[in-house]
Amino acid sequence: MTAPKSTPALELRDLSVAYRTGGVELPVLRGVSFAIAPGETYGLVGESGCGKSTAAFAALRALARNGAISGGRVLVDGQDITNLDPAGLRQLRLSKVSMVYQDPGRALNPSMTVGRQIAEVYEAAGTRRADALARAEAMLAKVRIPGTGRVMTAFPHQLSGGMQQRVVIAMALAKNPTLLVLDEPTTGLDATVEAEVLDLIVALKGEFATSVLFISHNLAIIERMCDRIGVLYAGSLVEEGPGAELLSRPLHPYTMRLLRCLPAAGRRKSDGRLDTIPGFLPPLGSIQTGCVFAPRCDFADAVCRTVAPPPVRIGGQTARCHHIDLATTLRRAGPEAAVPAPPTVSSDARPALQVDGVSKTFRVGPHALRAVSDVSLTLLTGETLGLVGESGSGKTTLARLLLGLTAPDAGGTIELDGQKVAGQAKRRSRADQKALQIVFQNPDSALNRSHTVRHLIERSLSRLAGLFGHKRAERLAALVSAVRLTDRHLPMRPRQLSGGLKQRVAIARAFAGDPRVVICDEPTSALDVSVQAAILNLLAELQGGAGVSYVFISHDLGVVRYLSDRIAVLYLGRIMEIGPAEDVFNGPHHPYTEALLSAVPDLADRHRGDKRIRLSGEMPSPLAPPPGCVFNSRCPRKMGAICETEEPTMHTDTGHAIRCHLPQDALGRRGGPPPPERAASRSHAAVPA
Amino acid sequence: MLARFARQAGRRLGLAVLTLALLSVVVFAGAQVLPGDVGRAILGPLADPDAVAAINHEVGADRPAIETYFTWIGHFLVGDMGRSYTFRTPVAPFVGTALLNSLKLAAVAFVIVVPLSIGAGVYAAMRAGQWQDRAISVVSLSLTVVPEFVSSIALILVLGIWLRWLPISASTRPGTPVLEQLRHLILPALPLVIVLFGYIARMARAGTLEALDSDYARTAVLKGLPQRTVIVRHVLGNALLPTITVVAAQVGYMIGGLVVVESLFRYQGIGSLILNAARGKDFPMLEAGILTVGAIFVATTLVADSLYTVLNPRLREGGR
Repeated sequence: MTAPKSTPALELRDLSVAYRTGGVELPVLRGVSFAIAPGETYGLVGESGCGKSTAAFAALRALARNGAISGGRVLVDGQDITNLDPAGLRQLRLSKVSMVYQDPGRALNPSMTVGRQIAEVYEAAGTRRADALARAEAMLAKVRIPGTGRVMTAFPHQLSGGMQQRVVIAMALAKNPTLLVLDEPTTGLDATVEAEVLDLIVALKGEFATSVLFISHNLAIIERMCDRIGVLYAGSLVEEGPGAELLSRPLHPYTMRLLRCLPAAGRRKSDGRLDTIPGFLPPLGSIQTGCVFAPRCDFADAVCRTVAPPPVRIGGQTARCHHIDLATTLRRAGPEAAVPAPPTVSSDARPALQVDGVSKTFRVGPHALRAVSDVSLTLLTGETLGLVGESGSGKTTLARLLLGLTAPDAGGTIELDGQKVAGQAKRRSRADQKALQIVFQNPDSALNRSHTVRHLIERSLSRLAGLFGHKRAERLAALVSAVRLTDRHLPMRPRQLSGGLKQRVAIARAFAGDPRVVICDEPTSALDVSVQAAILNLLAELQGGAGVSYVFISHDLGVVRYLSDRIAVLYLGRIMEIGPAEDVFNGPHHPYTEALLSAVPDLADRHRGDKRIRLSGEMPSPLAPPPGCVFNSRCPRKMGAICETEEPTMHTDTGHAIRCHLPQDALGRRGGPPPPERAASRSHAAVPA
Repeated sequence: MLARFARQAGRRLGLAVLTLALLSVVVFAGAQVLPGDVGRAILGPLADPDAVAAINHEVGADRPAIETYFTWIGHFLVGDMGRSYTFRTPVAPFVGTALLNSLKLAAVAFVIVVPLSIGAGVYAAMRAGQWQDRAISVVSLSLTVVPEFVSSIALILVLGIWLRWLPISASTRPGTPVLEQLRHLILPALPLVIVLFGYIARMARAGTLEALDSDYARTAVLKGLPQRTVIVRHVLGNALLPTITVVAAQVGYMIGGLVVVESLFRYQGIGSLILNAARGKDFPMLEAGILTVGAIFVATTLVADSLYTVLNPRLREGGR
């Protein structure tokens, strides 16, 4: 509290928060202290359940009904708000603090127009209705929304996710707050939209001179956005420091472990298993003494379990660890258990699945919606085909076609091991049905909540493999150990399991009938990085053992690259590029692939600078795809009239096919010098590295 | 989008008409299979068989059922509900009077129960987990399980006979001022209020609770809006959507399902009309009464559905 300039926008002093459930106080945050300087962006990372969101809500005094600050203080712009009365809180929220959270669709009132919802902020501060509406429209323009007039009178559900999040950001910035809290603001969005929203936040931060508390589980995004980073584990701030240093030279074993869970750039399943963090997040309040990370730490000793580690300061970084000297060695260690997985695709592998000219047209009133258009691909035995593309590109529809959940249009064929299968699952033979299985993104909705794990897996064994009695028991035991569950889990019900364990049950079910092809639809998107690593390891392992093929759908390109042998890129239901994973990543790329790849923040490639390719506008409606090349309306490399009139054919080069009019050598490559005409199409907005 | 809405409305209307057509068949068939013949029922057990046959011929009971059905429904559609066997006069005026009486009673009950129960539900949600919430839950749940005849008798005893606050009889002489008529309807309306209170209050509580916990309500709070604005503008608008449709769907019951209450309070509503017609084997009256109630049920359901569509922008504008 010296000169007014240096008053932190937010300061947490030894803050503790507890939730009360069933008469028991569960500590969620324990003695967390940090400060955000004016204009600074502070990132908070950690796995789910570590208390990130709780810290954010506590900072705004907006905790859930059963939560309360049990110790410490919260200061906003120098003002102690820990015990502020409701009137004071309202004043604070009117002018100083704002928040944006993960799902913009739910953050907006579904029954009010966008314009009214933004204008409300001004009206609350005393502006007259007409002025408030005018200022709301101006604010929409500031968050780069085209056609503000139309959006003003729209209801939230009429906007895309990216547009909705812009509206929420506009609402948050309308009061020109001192502190803006962003809680996973881009987590539900596509990579390209995510990149746009992040750009917008960076630009607006400059315009509004706002301090930001940025919460994310995505380390690469945190790295890109934040000046300083705090790492939360089990409600304690275990490490803090300037962004680049903390992520390149972490001090705390947890931070290091977290970083090593991510598939490093270019890492493949053949390079060996991914690191995981053994064990589980401790239940709330279970660790009363010592270091919270001790039960999962490689270096924990008696001291760690009894004495809470004091903060140790090295340079600008602070970590709470007794063994910082030892811990730094972990950073240098190579990948653990370097047992390279055997290559799963043998050179004489036969096609497991052959898709030829498959399309799917939905009828929407009088219109025809071509969700999947003339897709042909081959999946070899033991091979993984990654399927990437923005939402609406037809990934999931294609998966449903393969499974027979949706009947394809007449004309195309799907062959399994050389035998044609029926379009609809109910017309397929039992053998065909069990040969094609799926693992969904959300195991919660895929598993019947009222059944035990044992019942769930046994049922699949009976139905898919036709096993009963002691044969079934034998197979159950083998399957359970293959997915790394234990007998202890068998009598449990899904709600008693963590997300990762539930996904293991779902995987066990998919493998019950010895499938030929398993479709994995975003199987790790809802999971934390450490759990994601474990599931990816499991999938790679099962593939090596069973020779099963995967169709792997994910928006996380790092994950796709790790697991896939080949990759297909979809746009508006068409395959734009297909080829061996390394070729797709290294180029030559289709311009769309190039844009997708450049949108992903990459931890290893932090000095990439401004090489992002921004796609203009949103994906066109599949009801009215652009004529010619469907990508022409957003293509930064559009050649001219030919793109609008003629649909390019796939030009192919040793199994790597690209649907583009550009000649092969004019296409972009990873790291290669961009062709001269490309410079103009790059965006000029500067992104601080 | 308008076309889509019109198509939806058209389909619902078609379904409604189909429902009523089926109901008319069932009602007609029911009247046919009831024991005893019409002439006998009208003239009594000692009447001359020739006279009975003559009556049967006059009302058309000796013709094939299909033919009778189509004659009846044909007349019905042009507003001719037939002649009462008992009174030997057209049925329509009886049905009209009874329907008007039922509407009055329903209106009184509606005006009492809707604000009361929605208010209680919203209040309970805002005090969720506290003693006020528990009290409202316990009271509303206990009231719901009390059958109408029990609550009616209790209310008559306490409010009508002991305290003498309200008149016991619902009927009034012709020419009574409207306000006085309404005063007579309060006591009969209360059992309905008791039946519906818990149901509507619980719907309102659940909806409000969900909206209060929603992200958009939190957004509104974090905007710094006054609590009143948050509740009225952001919470209630979304919370009461399902409740409103539930309430609208109850109107059918409030008009046509009140046989017990009407007979206890000696009120000539459509419920007692149906009951008396069934007792006297007055088939035209019975059929007209049931079809009228059926039409009201179907119409209110239709209104409830359309209301939900109109009030919910997501449905009104069509999906994304």
